[in-house]
Amino acid sequence: MISIRLETLLRNSLTRRQFGQGGMALGATLAASPAFALTEERARKLVEAVVADIFRVINSGRAEASMLREFERIFARYADVDLIARRTLGPDGRSASNAQINAYVSAFRGYISRKYGRRFREFIGGSVEVTDAYAEKSYFVVRTRTQLQGQAPFEVRFLVLTRNGQDKFFNLLIEGVNLMLAERTEIGAMLDKRRGNLDQLIADLRTFG
Amino acid sequence: MLKKLLLILVLPTLAACAAGPRDANGVLDPYEGANRAMHAVNKGLDTVALRPAAAVYGGVLPKPVRDGVNNVANNLELPGDMINNLAQGRLDNFGNNFFRLIINTTLGIGGIFDPAKSFGLDHEDTDFGETLFVWGVPEGAYVELPVLGPSTERGVVGRVVDAALNPLGVILNDDQEDIASGVSIGRTLDMRYENRDLINSTLYESADSYAQLRLLYLQNRRFKLGDGEIADDFDPFGDPFAQ
Repeated sequence: MISIRLETLLRNSLTRRQFGQGGMALGATLAASPAFALTEERARKLVEAVVADIFRVINSGRAEASMLREFERIFARYADVDLIARRTLGPDGRSASNAQINAYVSAFRGYISRKYGRRFREFIGGSVEVTDAYAEKSYFVVRTRTQLQGQAPFEVRFLVLTRNGQDKFFNLLIEGVNLMLAERTEIGAMLDKRRGNLDQLIADLRTFG
Repeated sequence: MLKKLLLILVLPTLAACAAGPRDANGVLDPYEGANRAMHAVNKGLDTVALRPAAAVYGGVLPKPVRDGVNNVANNLELPGDMINNLAQGRLDNFGNNFFRLIINTTLGIGGIFDPAKSFGLDHEDTDFGETLFVWGVPEGAYVELPVLGPSTERGVVGRVVDAALNPLGVILNDDQEDIASGVSIGRTLDMRYENRDLINSTLYESADSYAQLRLLYLQNRRFKLGDGEIADDFDPFGDPFAQ
């Protein structure tokens, strides 16, 4: 009951957004076509697609450097990297120029892909299975049961939204640990170490991870 | 009855818990200075003792042997878990743990094996910190304990009560208590060995290992307790630079 209401609310708010962006005619078409509103089914499909792509790379047996480049492509395709990166800057991002933000987003994309990509070897012989999906606030949560070899299964939640007509995930929670917050903590500490020098951080991030 | 008695005993301590708003990351840490000093000590202990000992333990003992040690340690915890299951009013979990104890102590030869798992009886691990959570006691401030590592004020009170309530102290003789301590240390070494990638990267590769560990601990603990069901309290269509 509650989930149906949330979904309706979400659908209405997304539709309003599209009215603003695409004009009345397009908005009316979108409102009539449920395919344009994010649904549990689509959120679930996005997660299944990103998981399938990741395992394809892991099982390809390529060299690590080539795998890491593939992971960066997958991250760019399925994640709202721009939003994740901006959020990790927090209020420090307010004083940055557009050029700095763009450079940061690009450096962050590579850093995250390398940092977590190196650990995807732990996923060899493992599996990620979608268990359920539900609406929460203005996004969808897709829950998965992740099983790595020789370990107890654990829960990974993908948070999925639609922006400019594209479905993307914008956060991951591993057994409750919010990865965006973990990275914001890390980036904040790196910035402190560089006395708030964002350009220095951007240059260093290009080589980190 | 038990709940009232225990609450009367622990309330004075809990009343001394820090209160106040959490920061944007959900952290309340008024003892940060002392905590950071303790973190430096704990990290040093990990570097010189726990990490190398875990590498030897994991490298020498095959996995089935380490699993057997973990099973014995977990089995010995069941009586204490069952007291907490009851105090929480979670009778299903109590039943699970009760039958686990019977099956694994007998069929599982003193808890070395875990046949109860194949009957669908998973270990319902708990502690008095969780009991306090169920009773509505707030988490309090973050605390990094010597040797034991991350906790909260509520968790510290829970540990003290768990130690006092532990029925094993009455049941076991001295030799058996030595074995109980031994398997508990073994289980800690195995945990450090199996999670070495995560622990090493958190402790030795992050820009601020104290802040990183604090966040990971608090979020994971709240997740396990079922405290805070909202995945991300944030409007992704709002200002990304907002706290």
